[in-house]
Amino acid sequence: MTAIDPSTLDSEARRARLFTRINKADAWFQVLGLAWVTPMLKAAAGDNPRAQLGDIWRLLGVPLLAIALFLGAWATLAPTVQTSLGAIPGPAQVWKEAGDLHQDARRTWKKEAAFYERQDARNAKLIKAGRSEDVKERIYTGQPTYYQQIFTSIKTVFFGFLIASAIAIPLGIMAGLSVTANAALNPLIQIFKPVSPLAWLPIVTMIVSAVYTTNNGLFSKSFLVSAITVTLCSLWPTLINTALGVASIDKDLVSVSKVLKMNTWTKITKLVLPSALPLIFTGLRLSLGVGWMVLIAAEMLAQNPGLGKFVWDEFQNGSSQSLAKIMVAVFTIGIIGFLLDRVMFALQSMFTFSAQR
Amino acid sequence: MKNLTTLAFGLTLLATTPVMAELLDLEKDELTFGFIKLTDMAPLAVAYENGYFEDEGLFVTLQAQANWKVLLDGVIGGQLDGAHMLAGQPLAATIGYGTKAHIITPFSMDLNGNGITVSNEIWEQMKPNVALMDDGRPQHPISASALKPVVDSYRDAGKPFNMGMVFPVSTHNYELRYWLAAGGLLPGYYSPGDTSGQIGAEVLLSVTPPPQMPATMEAGTIYGYSVGEPWNQQAVFKGIGVPVITDYELWKNNPEKVFGISAEFAEANPNTTIALTKALIRAAIWLDDNDNANREEAVEILSRSEYVGADEEVIANSMTGTFEYEKGDTREVPDFNVFFRYNATYPFYSDAIWYLTQMRRWGQIAEPKSDAWFIDTAKDVYKPEIYLQAARMLVDEGLADEADFPWDSDGFKAPTPAGDVIDGIGYDGKAPNAYLESLPIGLKGDQTVVGNEVKG
Repeated sequence: MTAIDPSTLDSEARRARLFTRINKADAWFQVLGLAWVTPMLKAAAGDNPRAQLGDIWRLLGVPLLAIALFLGAWATLAPTVQTSLGAIPGPAQVWKEAGDLHQDARRTWKKEAAFYERQDARNAKLIKAGRSEDVKERIYTGQPTYYQQIFTSIKTVFFGFLIASAIAIPLGIMAGLSVTANAALNPLIQIFKPVSPLAWLPIVTMIVSAVYTTNNGLFSKSFLVSAITVTLCSLWPTLINTALGVASIDKDLVSVSKVLKMNTWTKITKLVLPSALPLIFTGLRLSLGVGWMVLIAAEMLAQNPGLGKFVWDEFQNGSSQSLAKIMVAVFTIGIIGFLLDRVMFALQSMFTFSAQR
Repeated sequence: MKNLTTLAFGLTLLATTPVMAELLDLEKDELTFGFIKLTDMAPLAVAYENGYFEDEGLFVTLQAQANWKVLLDGVIGGQLDGAHMLAGQPLAATIGYGTKAHIITPFSMDLNGNGITVSNEIWEQMKPNVALMDDGRPQHPISASALKPVVDSYRDAGKPFNMGMVFPVSTHNYELRYWLAAGGLLPGYYSPGDTSGQIGAEVLLSVTPPPQMPATMEAGTIYGYSVGEPWNQQAVFKGIGVPVITDYELWKNNPEKVFGISAEFAEANPNTTIALTKALIRAAIWLDDNDNANREEAVEILSRSEYVGADEEVIANSMTGTFEYEKGDTREVPDFNVFFRYNATYPFYSDAIWYLTQMRRWGQIAEPKSDAWFIDTAKDVYKPEIYLQAARMLVDEGLADEADFPWDSDGFKAPTPAGDVIDGIGYDGKAPNAYLESLPIGLKGDQTVVGNEVKG
């Protein structure tokens, strides 16, 4: 019977606490796509560095190597393809063009500042001349910068996606709870789901033009057209997954609700939603992905402001930098799509109960 | 040198900037104008960048449009307050060919500026039929008769000969048809039941948006096209085609684009209409000032991605008074783009009437019309009175020269002499039906297209 040195005990406990913390944080790193941080922390905390190195290699080394290989292949192969707009740009040109786009944005900001200065000077003059009723405060009307285009697209996709979710989740719950509703909705879903956004676009444009006749309302027409097109295409994954999630609730839970004589509302909020949430979120993630893809196409075709229009305008410009600029847009679109997916994944981890309830 | 010109320009600006002109009482000061990526949208870009719109108290947003149809629908639907338009668009809309809407124009945008380009392959086949000058270069202008054997060989092989133009009522369509017909090739008729414009055609014409022309030709869908700059020079730069003729050689100083607004807009906002016309006239003056001294600066503006966006050198090729046909064969065409000289910006009725005669010639106007109808329709759309009001104000403010405007014109240009047109047929806007009679190919008098036949 040797007494355990209390200090060792202490440090053991500390280490255990530290590792618990690291493991807790790991869940978040997973969500953020930073899974490789965990083994690093563990190694730093003194866990078997060998095993951790293996993890680091798998989670960080391999992806970095793959990206490096991709860039290398791109840089060597791109100049060998000659298009009428010059050779396909390599990573270096694309990077330079990204810088140019930033310079363009800065130029626009400068012009904007100058515009407001001129406006203030004009207004000051008018006030001096005693014509204060002629003073005008107007918003600058230059070209949107690349950052504004990105922001416009994100705004549009979320607006369309929210409308889609507001329609799809209730309908999905209905279809999941009642066999009749399911039978009614099923053929419609089957027919409309495969329709391409570009086929909806002319119809949406016509309807919006006919119904939304003001030219100075809350939303611009182009914004509505893009958003509604996104809605029409990103409805379906949410709808189908919600219906599936609701239909596959544990039978015991349904029996419980019968025993407790729950009314429908309570049943939905207390039973149906919590247990269907994982699938609903899967649907939402798919929807947002689809919506983002559709939006770029819709913007391209309808020339609505946003990244899609940027790509099309650059294609039409046909200057020697056009291809590189389009590639910058492609990467932007890809990265934003990835981030949107991560955001949804994070929300899902926050809202859904763990699987081992 | 460049510094000197900018300095000189700065000084003239200092000298001419109004201290604070009495602004018109504007009904609407936030406007959105549409344009298509072509060099002749220059007056809009210049009026914006040089602050002429702002001087009039207008806050303008310029928006590139995907194609002419979208642009026209935008003006009709009110998303756009006005736009850089094909001269045929306000006329066609007003007489109800296509979408019916009353559109007017207070301002013509430019003269000339188009070309007809064929692919390298077709050019090689055409070349043996083209007369050469002493130095071995092709003799210009090249008639479509040099293309005729090529088209015939395609038809004998059972292959359709396709060419592109930008819109059914575009100047480019009428110019391409004029050129083909002058060379003895039939470009095909329109009829009320068939709007393809390919009835009885030897050369099949189809619509492609201007910026996509080079790509479409590269893909082999069309063998040539008629389009505005920079899309002819772009073909030379990319090495995919050869411009064979400019419209300046087809018809010297022919009218090109107009600035169109809906009649409703002009009625509701008379002062705004005058104000925007003033800004556009100032831009046009600037573009042609001191023998095109400002063109280099204009080219830089146009090459920005928000306007035309093509490379500076491509735009500069035609904007600075030269034109490149075959690669390396650059010739002087000082008047290739005219924005103000020769009263380019005054909306002449005779210009409108020429477009109407071409609509009649090819069957877009299916029924015979009297001379009076042609003139009345022109007066319905072209509004020189608004233009002159704007010009008068500019002269009073010291921003324009009294001598530069045709104050007493009756709205008709002096008849075009036969020598200024490729096939030697003059044009007098006061006698449209007589003009139609004088054209060898095309509908005239009481003729109509029935099925696939010309009757009457």
